[in-house]
Amino acid sequence: MKSCREATRLMSESQERNLYFSEQAGLKLHLAMCAPCRNFGKQLRILRRISKSYAEGGPEKAED
Amino acid sequence: MSDFLAPDTSSETRPETKVEDSLQNPQFLVDLRQQMLRFASLQLQDAQLAEDAVQEALMGALKNSRSFTGRSALKTWVFAILKNKIADILRQRQRFVDADQLVRGDREEHDHNELFDQTGHWRKDERPKKWADPESAIHDKHFWRIFDACLNHLPSRQAQIFMMREFIELDSHEICAAAEISVSNLNVTLHRARLRLRECLEDNWFGVEG
Repeated sequence: MKSCREATRLMSESQERNLYFSEQAGLKLHLAMCAPCRNFGKQLRILRRISKSYAEGGPEKAED
Repeated sequence: MSDFLAPDTSSETRPETKVEDSLQNPQFLVDLRQQMLRFASLQLQDAQLAEDAVQEALMGALKNSRSFTGRSALKTWVFAILKNKIADILRQRQRFVDADQLVRGDREEHDHNELFDQTGHWRKDERPKKWADPESAIHDKHFWRIFDACLNHLPSRQAQIFMMREFIELDSHEICAAAEISVSNLNVTLHRARLRLRECLEDNWFGVEG
């Protein structure tokens, strides 16, 4: 896969479905060369972690 | 060992962790209720439905309050009940998104262009950076204000679908049925919502701190 747009799309979709082998391979190759997209991938997992905390009443439990 | 044998009575005699006290403390209840209402209203977009869902979740909490020690555990649990109620309502709800919104959503095709150049690569000042530890953010009220602001900043359809997926944890098929959209439309919407949300969080929190 050539573009960051496509790589971020696949990383986003991988949160809803398993990627095909060819998609995985292309993504891996892209990520090996692209630090911003690697950061994006980590941030997706952080977004999920934050959302889970939000849904458990996280803001109510936080401190000033 | 005796704690293990009689967990119920031991938790009832520890005064500082009595959940009944929390539930009878008016200020605690008012705060909790408000937080729940905000959460439910965001997702249901209907004050009465939100009110009912919160009421039911709180009634359930009052009924089973003995099984919880501490306010934090109680909140987690009350929100779990609320989440289930919202999920049920969303699953039952058809025509969640009207046709106008669908059309508007499809016209948003250009919105990645501010992030990516013509070849589809990140524009130089849009490249995602490394983020600091999210755990400290989660315990910071200021962070949650920013998170709320970023969420409110999303187009409403993106925000609602993102919330159905990430807060209520419906799966793709459930969201497609509830919102009457195709899987590919769902994927595009979630991709956009995540791109925007992460950008907003980086601009206003993670990028600023690091």
